[in-house]
Amino acid sequence: MNTFELAILVWLGSLVAGLLGSLTGLGGGIVITPLLALAFGVDLHYAMGASLVSVIATSSGAAAAYVKEGFTNMRIGMFLEVATTVGAVVGATMATRLPASRIAIIFGIVLLYSAYASSRTISAHAAAPPDRIAKLLRLDSQYPSVEGPKAYHVRGVPAGFSLMFVAGTLSGLLGIGSGALKVIAMDQAMHVPFKVSTTTSNFMIGVTAAASAGVYLERGYIDPGLAMPVMLGVLLGSLMGARLLPKTRTARLRTLFAVVVAALAVEMIYHGMTGRI
Amino acid sequence: MENAANRWTDQRVETIVANLLRAGVILAASVVAFGGALFLIRHGREIPHYGIFAGEPGDLRSLPGTLGGAASFDGRYIIQLGLLILIATPVARVAFSVIAFTLERDRLYVGITLVVLAVLVFSLAGGRF
Repeated sequence: MNTFELAILVWLGSLVAGLLGSLTGLGGGIVITPLLALAFGVDLHYAMGASLVSVIATSSGAAAAYVKEGFTNMRIGMFLEVATTVGAVVGATMATRLPASRIAIIFGIVLLYSAYASSRTISAHAAAPPDRIAKLLRLDSQYPSVEGPKAYHVRGVPAGFSLMFVAGTLSGLLGIGSGALKVIAMDQAMHVPFKVSTTTSNFMIGVTAAASAGVYLERGYIDPGLAMPVMLGVLLGSLMGARLLPKTRTARLRTLFAVVVAALAVEMIYHGMTGRI
Repeated sequence: MENAANRWTDQRVETIVANLLRAGVILAASVVAFGGALFLIRHGREIPHYGIFAGEPGDLRSLPGTLGGAASFDGRYIIQLGLLILIATPVARVAFSVIAFTLERDRLYVGITLVVLAVLVFSLAGGRF
């Protein structure tokens, strides 16, 4: 297979990954690295570099649509970014020191968890009383609803902040957006309304990935010939997904995608354990 | 009242920033696509070696090197330039948030945002401890 043929196939694969990622809300980035490493035999470091770039593309590309909705809470996002960006630099530095086989195993475990997390239903939170730390940091806000602006109170700030550090570390270590973990940290630990969690998470993913990108670039993980079809494919796929989303029934698609992610997880762990990655 | 004014500034700055981000992504994707076309025309028939990690050459890992290569119309360097524009988009968003929080006279968040910006600059400068 020559460079041209590989570019076309990688572009197509990335397009499908971006489309499914955006329709299911899991993000396309998470399957890019296993796809490149397992199906195309790309070295794990190059695969992670290309995946990281595509994560930034989808995050920035979707920002305009999200801002119009008015759900993003910039204070929550920016405060938690302190944890995710520091985590990302730590994770990216770890990635340069750990053997690829070990990274593949961790990747597989994170994939398994993401598949499980995506299959769970969203729980509604009871109205919580104001929390002292959240008040101090002015994290409480409101979001638009059909009955007008709805106020919400944030809690569990230390737990959320710690989970965000983990999310950032995994993002840098694996070249992913860690969107699933970010949403869990906000939704479950901090009781941020789900829609606010997902849109704020989208903003955070891009900033976190940029924090890893510096380290990846300097270590030579980002190969232009490979990142080019991945970035263009994922970007187009995720934009198509955003268009199709209101017209698509996603329940079955989510299950299907979760099964694919779980299968990739098992492959990654197996390859890591047998030292084939 | 003060809260309503904040919200208004927030929303306005956010809308400007969102449009800038979209423009940044479109620009980045166009540059990457142009560089990609040049790269495939020149190197499309070669056999790729992505299976073995060698690391990119030094020129592709720094801004001056990338700019120099892009100026001589090397496809790979033009792609890399597009990727650098892309990586700059979230950084620009954080920088604009500093301005937004300054307009709101929110010192606490100007400080928090500057910390985030500092981490980003540290990483983009190579991120070596």
